[in-house]
Amino acid sequence: MRTVADDLADSIWKFFSSLKLTIFLLIGLAAVSIIGTVIPQKGSPAFEKYLHSVSVAKFHLYYKLDFFDMYHSWWFTALLGLLCMNLIACSLRRLPRDWKSITSPPMVLDEALERSLPFSKPWKTRYGASEMERKVSEFLGREFAAPHVTRVGKEVHLFAQKGRYGRVGVYVLHLSIIIIFIGVIIGSLFGLETYAEIPEGGSITTVVAGPGDRKIELGYTLRCDSFSVSYYETGVPKEFKSVLSIIEKGRTVVDKSEVIVNRPLTYRGVTFYQSGYSTAGPPSFHFSARERATGSVARVTARQGETVSLPNGDSLKPLEFIPEVRPNFPHASGPAVLAELIPRVGEHQTILLLQRYPDFDSQRGGALAFTFDSVDEAWITGLKVVRDPGVIVVWIGCFLLVGGLITAFFLSNRRIWVRIADGRAVMAGNAGRNQAAFKDFLVKLSDNLKELQ
Amino acid sequence: MSSSNLFNIAALAYLAATVTFFAFLASRNRRVGLGGTMATLFGFVVHTAAIGFRWKETYDLGYGHAPLANLYESVVFFAWAVILIFLLMDARYRVRAAGAFAVLFAFLAMAWAQRRLDSGIEPLLPALQSNWLLYHVITCFLGYAAFAVACGVSIMYLLKARHESTGGNVHAGGAFSLFPAAKVLDELNYRAIMVGFPLLTIGIITGAAWANYAWGTYWSWDPKETWSLIVWFIYAAFLHARITRGWVGKRSAILSIAGFAATIFCYLGVNLLLSGLHSYGAG
Ligand code: HEM
Repeated sequence: MRTVADDLADSIWKFFSSLKLTIFLLIGLAAVSIIGTVIPQKGSPAFEKYLHSVSVAKFHLYYKLDFFDMYHSWWFTALLGLLCMNLIACSLRRLPRDWKSITSPPMVLDEALERSLPFSKPWKTRYGASEMERKVSEFLGREFAAPHVTRVGKEVHLFAQKGRYGRVGVYVLHLSIIIIFIGVIIGSLFGLETYAEIPEGGSITTVVAGPGDRKIELGYTLRCDSFSVSYYETGVPKEFKSVLSIIEKGRTVVDKSEVIVNRPLTYRGVTFYQSGYSTAGPPSFHFSARERATGSVARVTARQGETVSLPNGDSLKPLEFIPEVRPNFPHASGPAVLAELIPRVGEHQTILLLQRYPDFDSQRGGALAFTFDSVDEAWITGLKVVRDPGVIVVWIGCFLLVGGLITAFFLSNRRIWVRIADGRAVMAGNAGRNQAAFKDFLVKLSDNLKELQ
Repeated sequence: MSSSNLFNIAALAYLAATVTFFAFLASRNRRVGLGGTMATLFGFVVHTAAIGFRWKETYDLGYGHAPLANLYESVVFFAWAVILIFLLMDARYRVRAAGAFAVLFAFLAMAWAQRRLDSGIEPLLPALQSNWLLYHVITCFLGYAAFAVACGVSIMYLLKARHESTGGNVHAGGAFSLFPAAKVLDELNYRAIMVGFPLLTIGIITGAAWANYAWGTYWSWDPKETWSLIVWFIYAAFLHARITRGWVGKRSAILSIAGFAATIFCYLGVNLLLSGLHSYGAG
């Protein structure tokens, strides 16, 4: 006896495994995803500015609806969850039938099967069944695939197929989406994502992460040996580079590894990415000052903003460091410093010193001619610190996704049946995809077969 | 010869091909159609050479990177990919008539790039210095190009289907009668998306792999990423809709056009109208 509860369970099952729900969810997800690309999300640079421009009422509404962090909201997660359930239900519903069809396809072309196939063609022949069987077997083996032979009474049934696993592709593809979700969940449960700053020469043994800013032991010492920025002549940054070493139990296990953007350092499952930088203080400059009258040279060092006195009683105050001078000064390149020259008597003077052109300042014609020899910048490197045990699962899922897609789209299960009796034969077939092209192939094949009369 | 001159020649060849393909639709003369294909092929060869030249030019400037680094270069590559997909589909399925739209798209893209966009060769920012840039951009753009062809075919489908339903009067609509049958166009739409969907999928995955290298996170819901997912959802819906009855034909064509509109927004709209990590179109 079927009960109302059975019927209800049945309808729920049908609903959850239906393609209508799939289409609705996919289009729905596409539509709601737009929201978060229009409304700046928490943590994005545009968010602060947006908060000042939005009205209070709108803010409250959006806040209630989780629009400022919508991709992690309960309702967006629920939609994704529903899609997964839909996918699992749909696969479970179809798998038994498809599995049976893959592992034990019907080998006998009976009337019912023949009617269900998109192509069938009968013809008359003067050969007996066994003669015909031999000829058709050989023909199919040559033109398509070696057939399996089944005898039912006086009839002989041949069955041949290609691309047997074409149907598996769709299952692999759908499963891979679940695997990707699993990888994402593993990452969010067991992963670590934070940011660490290390001054040049400094080191860390812990990072701060997670709710409540817990201190997490790395289990080793990470040292920043140096940090540097280089520039293209257009003044655009070319490379940010940290030189990192790892010392574990007194032993240097990673020695001066160069970490740049797009080349992170991984040690024991934790990856360090070059992600930002700042300065620990104003840079120090090394100058030489040559007295024009005597030719004697004095070396001076000054920090930015600091005034140092020179041998002749003048003083010098570096104002600003220019890492690449080309954009401001098209005929030169390289680092430069802008400094203020303060003579004992007379006007203050702003001078530009170019590291690559030591003779440049002598053209100014003052009592002292300066060269800019080098600069010491005290950097602090900013590293993103990530441990994500789920990421490998995500990549496995992606790999299967692509493999499944290609199998599903380009490997089609093509099947041919031939039923032979004395003086008569029927050929029929179908294809998992691209039915029309396979039909053309079957027409040609059956035309050739008829010539076997 | 600079790459810029070659790009101009390619664009002119596409213009000539477009005009020829429309003349082909109107005249129904096969020789005219062949001329259109020849002009397209010529443009494509020049276009390919131009991309090669530009690549070399980046080395001459001392930067040395694939010419896929800014909006100009990406638009030029997009046009190239549209022509490539069209030529491949024509070789396989004989869809010369679809050239009228596909080559028109490529021409418009080239004209826009050459007239309006900054064609300066720029050095790569640190974040872009990765081989993943190459894999990511190539797969994404081949995918976009397949969707462009699908969109062109869908527009033809809608025109043709209307024509067929009004009785298919040859005199009133000579051009439409040269369009392949509506059923064929519907099938081609599906075929093109079958090519585009795996490419877009690989494009999204290589983008994620790259982000994981550069920023330590494979997905951050940046607007560009989100829009690529939106596009992906739409085409996934398209593929599933086809399996259910009643969604072939007109609705399928409309979904394909909507998918391409979203693709274009993902490609251009996001940069021009929204803000995010991707630098194309920033200038
Ligand atoms: C993001 C999620 C999904 C993606 C990317 C996806 C992708 C695909 C693709 C590419 C195909 C092949 C289409 C074709 O043959 O033209 C397919 C087929 C199919 N999908 Fe999905 N799918 C997703 C979710 C789902 C869900 C939730 C269901 C649940 C009902 C589902 C049910 C099916 C079915 C029944 C088929 C047809 C299988 C066959 O041809 O025998 N899919 N899917």
